Amino acid sequence: MRITKEKLRWLYETMYRIRRFEETMLEQTFRGNAMGVTHPSDGQEAVPTGICAHLTEKDWIGSTHRGHGHCIAKGLDTKAMMAEIMGRYTGQCKGKGGSMHIADFSKGMLGANAIVGASVPLAVGAALTSKYRGMEDESVGVAFFGDGATSQGVVHESMNLAAIWDLPVIFACENNQYAEATPAWYAVSTEDIAARADSYGIPGVQVDGMNVFAVYEAAGEAVARARAGEGPTLLELKTYRYHGHFHADDPKKYRKPDEEEEYLERDCLKHFEGLVTQQGAMTEEELQGIRDEIEQEMQDAVDFALNSPMPPIDELYSDVYVDYSNPLAGLR
Amino acid sequence: MTTADATQTRSVLSDPGVLVPGPGYEVSGTVERYRDTFNRTLRDELDRDADVFIMGEDISGGFDRDTNEPLDAWGGPFAATKGLVQDFGPDRIRDAPISEAGFVGAAVGAALTGLRPVVDLMYFDFVTVAYDQLLSNAAKSRYMFGGQTKVPLTLFARSGGGTGHAAQHSESFYSMLAHIPGLKVVVPSDPYTVRGLLASAIRDDDPVFLVNDKKLINMEGFAPDESFAFPLGKGRYLKHGDDVTLIGMSYTSVVCKQAADMLAEEGIEAEVVDMLSLSPFDEEIIVESVMKTNRVVIVDEDTPRASMASEFAAIVADKAFDYLDAPVKRVTGPHTPVPYNKGLETAFMPQPDDVVSTVRAMLDGE
Ligand SMILES: Cc1ncc(C[n+]2csc(CCOP(=O)(O)OP(=O)(O)O)c2C)c(N)n1
Ligand SMILES: [Mg+2]
Repeated sequence: MRITKEKLRWLYETMYRIRRFEETMLEQTFRGNAMGVTHPSDGQEAVPTGICAHLTEKDWIGSTHRGHGHCIAKGLDTKAMMAEIMGRYTGQCKGKGGSMHIADFSKGMLGANAIVGASVPLAVGAALTSKYRGMEDESVGVAFFGDGATSQGVVHESMNLAAIWDLPVIFACENNQYAEATPAWYAVSTEDIAARADSYGIPGVQVDGMNVFAVYEAAGEAVARARAGEGPTLLELKTYRYHGHFHADDPKKYRKPDEEEEYLERDCLKHFEGLVTQQGAMTEEELQGIRDEIEQEMQDAVDFALNSPMPPIDELYSDVYVDYSNPLAGLR
Repeated sequence: MTTADATQTRSVLSDPGVLVPGPGYEVSGTVERYRDTFNRTLRDELDRDADVFIMGEDISGGFDRDTNEPLDAWGGPFAATKGLVQDFGPDRIRDAPISEAGFVGAAVGAALTGLRPVVDLMYFDFVTVAYDQLLSNAAKSRYMFGGQTKVPLTLFARSGGGTGHAAQHSESFYSMLAHIPGLKVVVPSDPYTVRGLLASAIRDDDPVFLVNDKKLINMEGFAPDESFAFPLGKGRYLKHGDDVTLIGMSYTSVVCKQAADMLAEEGIEAEVVDMLSLSPFDEEIIVESVMKTNRVVIVDEDTPRASMASEFAAIVADKAFDYLDAPVKRVTGPHTPVPYNKGLETAFMPQPDDVVSTVRAMLDGE
């Protein structure tokens, strides 16, 4: 596998940005600055990073309640994300959506979604648009969803639809092995989630989701297949969330220390740093430079959010329809 | 209220705060949190009938990797079922994958074949994932099969705004359930009524949905020690008054009571009706109160179109029209989803001030 230096830098920058965003956002949540529940994704950074490395703004992604990593990897602005979590008017959704509903349609991000499984058909729909328009933008749809979501009927319906219509979709199952406190071994009938692809006649690939290069390679093939009109792929990315299900959840109540340690040992950032410095692809100074920049970016994001205004009360009533005052305004 | 004077004996009927058409008389009970009453009522019903079992996501929560034993790490959303798996085992406290359509449908199937399933749907919003099973199977089986069968199913879930959970976790669409013939809907408003209504829901032979506003879960109140069945379809008075009727349901009954207390300081005596059941519902208490006060404000956190508030207003128009001195008013959420930002979310939810100003305007207009 060949990766340009520029891409290499991007991979590290993106993973580190997600890591620090989650840590910073958690700190702000505990200080009472977030207005609601937050679901951190630290530990899982290699997954959205390795996949979105192959995407442009013309590609579409669907996301979940644990969506900050997907947003960042798809190029969303961390200032507007932080402001959204703090319920500010300058937030990505004017403070009306919050952590579980960050979206940026200008970046091909269809929105974080708090109904488990509900965003998966949206990525299928985005792929349908692309195919309908003759693949003129070559755009693909990527559905991010958890191991828990694989128990939802709509996820299976979506895979079947994408398969029969040969749609350019990547089903990216982030198997962090838990849905809230429920382990995947209890809730998922098959040993491997990737194996379920067989029943839809599409390729299913299990990938080490702690290794960004493995994710990058597998995603590269899946995206290339999709762009070439060869249909959907199911990727099962084995990963781990370091924190609890949501900010106040204590995972020690349902996970064993040896398991947590095993994944911390295989941390995606540590793995990346070890590999690139060993092989001389990047120096420790370069890595440190990136980390410093991102540290500043996080500080700026928090300052921006804290100094941003709240939405005016009138915002409660706007955006319900395209134009509330004239029911015919949306017609063309 | 504090839990210090926990166990006490009081006359339920003579207590001004608890004018209940319930078992009445001297009842020994406890002042406790709504969530604790809920938990011990589930426990009583599991003890009472071996066919009762509970299904839902993380209702025990987590399993030991090596022994496969349930860990009770979550004990259900808001710890509703905490501690039950230890005593009743994982067959009766059954953790389910995230498959609402599947396990609600399976609960209907189990109910059709003799069991009495209780389903925890977690957030009220997730009703829609299972809605087809509720509408097409749970509610219609008895009727369309000519009365051959029954569906003794109970469901519960948490509704309402106020916790910053935003649009997809804050619904109060009561009328989407009350609209369904064959399904019953109850909305307790304190520990006393959840004690009685949860028992009734589980013992009832029809499907019953109990909706819990999240804002009630940590509130304290008096609940009888002994289990009892509060009649489905019955409302109660939370306060008597002659000047205006305030009709609440679930947490808006608390809002109405707060508004009534504020109005009392201005010399306006409001009567507060707590509906408790939304289908069937107590038409008589609405009509009785409005005939006395001649004015009514209905308070509902749901969005206004085709809501319970509209339904109650229709009953007033139909059955107490001649007694009205002022137009019927509804204080509801706006016709919007629930926003995330705290200020907007607060503006979405009916507040005591909104009720007070509506009553003032009503009286000033005369
Ligand atoms: C339809 C629906 N059911 C239940 C929930 C509550 N819930 C939120 S996240 C979650 C677990 C999801 O697990 P998984 O899909 O593995 O994603 P992860 O949290 O591990 O990222 C559950 C049960 C929900 N949001 N939506
Ligand atoms: Mg998971």
